[in-house]
Amino acid sequence: MEHKAGPMNRPLWTPGVLVMLVFMFAGALAIIARFTGGIGYVTNLTNARPWGIWVGIDVATGVALAAGGFTTAALAHIFGRHYYEPVTRPALLTAVLGYTFVVLGLLVDIGRSWAIWKPMFHWNLNSVLFEVAMCVMIYLTVLYIEFVPIVAEQFKGRVNLPGLLSKLNNLVDKVLQVADRILGKVMWIFIILGVVLSCMHQSSLGSLMLVAPTKLHPLWYTPLLPLLFLTSAIAVGYPMVVFETTLATASFRLNSEMHILAPLTRITIYLLGIYMLLKLGDMLVRGTWVYLLDGTYQTNAFIVEVLFGVMLPWAMLLCKTIRHSSKGLFTAAALVVGGVVMNRINVFIVGYRSPLSENGYFPAPSEILVTLGLIAALMFIYRVVVTYLPVLQESKEVS
Amino acid sequence: MHITRRNFFRFMGAAGASVAVRPPSVHAWQSQAPPDPFGCLVDLTRCVGCRKCEEACAKVNDLPEPERVNCQCTIFEKDRRPDDTSYTVINRYYTGTVDVFDKPVPTYAKVQCMHCQDPACVSACIVGALTKDDTGAVHYDVSKCIGCRYCMVACPFEIPAYEYYDPITPRVMKCTFCQERISKKGGLPGCAGICPTEALTFGRRQTLLGVARKRLKENPGSYIQHIYGEKEVGGTSWMYLSSVPFEEVNLPLLPDTPSPKLSETIQHSLFSYLWSPVLLFGVLGACMARFNRGNDQKQNNADKGGA
Repeated sequence: MEHKAGPMNRPLWTPGVLVMLVFMFAGALAIIARFTGGIGYVTNLTNARPWGIWVGIDVATGVALAAGGFTTAALAHIFGRHYYEPVTRPALLTAVLGYTFVVLGLLVDIGRSWAIWKPMFHWNLNSVLFEVAMCVMIYLTVLYIEFVPIVAEQFKGRVNLPGLLSKLNNLVDKVLQVADRILGKVMWIFIILGVVLSCMHQSSLGSLMLVAPTKLHPLWYTPLLPLLFLTSAIAVGYPMVVFETTLATASFRLNSEMHILAPLTRITIYLLGIYMLLKLGDMLVRGTWVYLLDGTYQTNAFIVEVLFGVMLPWAMLLCKTIRHSSKGLFTAAALVVGGVVMNRINVFIVGYRSPLSENGYFPAPSEILVTLGLIAALMFIYRVVVTYLPVLQESKEVS
Repeated sequence: MHITRRNFFRFMGAAGASVAVRPPSVHAWQSQAPPDPFGCLVDLTRCVGCRKCEEACAKVNDLPEPERVNCQCTIFEKDRRPDDTSYTVINRYYTGTVDVFDKPVPTYAKVQCMHCQDPACVSACIVGALTKDDTGAVHYDVSKCIGCRYCMVACPFEIPAYEYYDPITPRVMKCTFCQERISKKGGLPGCAGICPTEALTFGRRQTLLGVARKRLKENPGSYIQHIYGEKEVGGTSWMYLSSVPFEEVNLPLLPDTPSPKLSETIQHSLFSYLWSPVLLFGVLGACMARFNRGNDQKQNNADKGGA
């Protein structure tokens, strides 16, 4: 399978990018407000509702949707399916950016952002969050290390820094050469390490709520939460790759990658199937199906999550014609992604019940702007990186 | 991929050896509760809602004076919670009991940190800023706190409050059990020291349980036969007696299992000595060696930069 990733070399400032800039600007204003007036000034968080969308979406969902990075790495590099290599680079980039923005989101959300380094020195081995934090920190480093060869490939031998920095050209080039050579030898360690760390914190993100048995709705609270989080993260990995690759190829008018994406999602039938079985089985075994018809908005959110985010796309993927039509495949993938997004939001926000106070929480406009701004910034940087670095597959005409 | 059988086994050998020094053993979960903690018994049948405890609490903890400190009437019209400016509040509940003149009888209930025996917040805290010490107090060390608010998510009593309007150095605010005062001989928490009706009794938790049982036995008609906090979430240092159902005075119905038990059991069975990550690393490494055999030459260039 011949493939070659290359920089897009397209104009960067498209109308879409300008829209992203508007959101980034609005988000930046909201972040400035957060660091002058406090979290309470820009959010609807209360003592009864300490975590909102910044944790539910920016962090929990962000981590889940970055799962394409380790699932494609496992498939192509560990299980030796080199056919799928073309999608590993975009998936890696999504993971690098996804985790970077998870950390940025955390910096906005935690009250003492400047103290974020403290978990490195004050360990609480009982704390699930401690384990998640350590894994995310190390994994982010691993992701950047995995990304170095892509930078090296583009700039090795042609480092050309502007102005005064040009004196450093030789030095930077040397560093790139050495890093690339060393990494070539030890990259396998980082690839496996990345998968291991991902399995650890993807599951532990689910364990986060286990410490509050009375505060999470029984439809979601189960000792299986870590396993459900892990299996759903693994299941959403390839659909997320389909989702973003389709968007990227459409946006850059590249050749469709259907020949890779269609077989990729055939694997998803099994992965999503395992998640579905665990989720439905858990509901039957614990008898929580009795809640299903009580009509509360939490129950309805659960029904929508399972029906449209798990069962429907699974059934769609079973059908070969859907898998091989780009529109059908994109729809199914988008549903899986939406299902996992809903699941994380449900576990951290919708299903959370404050035991004593009024339960209502809806994010404040400025809270939403921060989240949108961070997402826009992520997309913007993705666009910049694929424009100048060899991440996406070049079109046939170009290569 | 540059993984050969030899360097793979060398790597795994080193990793394995570091684990094998002490084989992964999994102990059943054990309570970390201090052996003989202090406690406080709140007898709701004795509380008259004078709010002196609120005032004393604010004074000894350098908090702002409570809202309308002398009001013992309209202040009760709204249900209050402890917040970032008050560690304890009194609420009034009408639960349907009436006196001989058919007038509804109020029940006043004090709210503050329960100082759980196995606190969810202590288990949750990412940096161990919250600790349960030998006095029984759940202590907050602001110098470690990063402001993640996981303690607030974990607390079954919805107690820790946050300084949401401090942009840079917000603190978690909650009852300290007047830890410094009770550490000294004969020291009392501000609230228990001032209570004029002896609705608050401070002492060793074991002693208080005896006191509570005695009251239940001697006046069976005036109490619900239950000591709230004896067993709830594994037991709490603060305990309540009441003549009306506890749920009706905002003391939530809780299981006897300590909140951290499940999550700590799962975490420690999976991650003690990092046995599962090391095992997974080994399995994946073996897969990588197996599935990529013979690919080394061919893949040398193509693999670079990939993950």
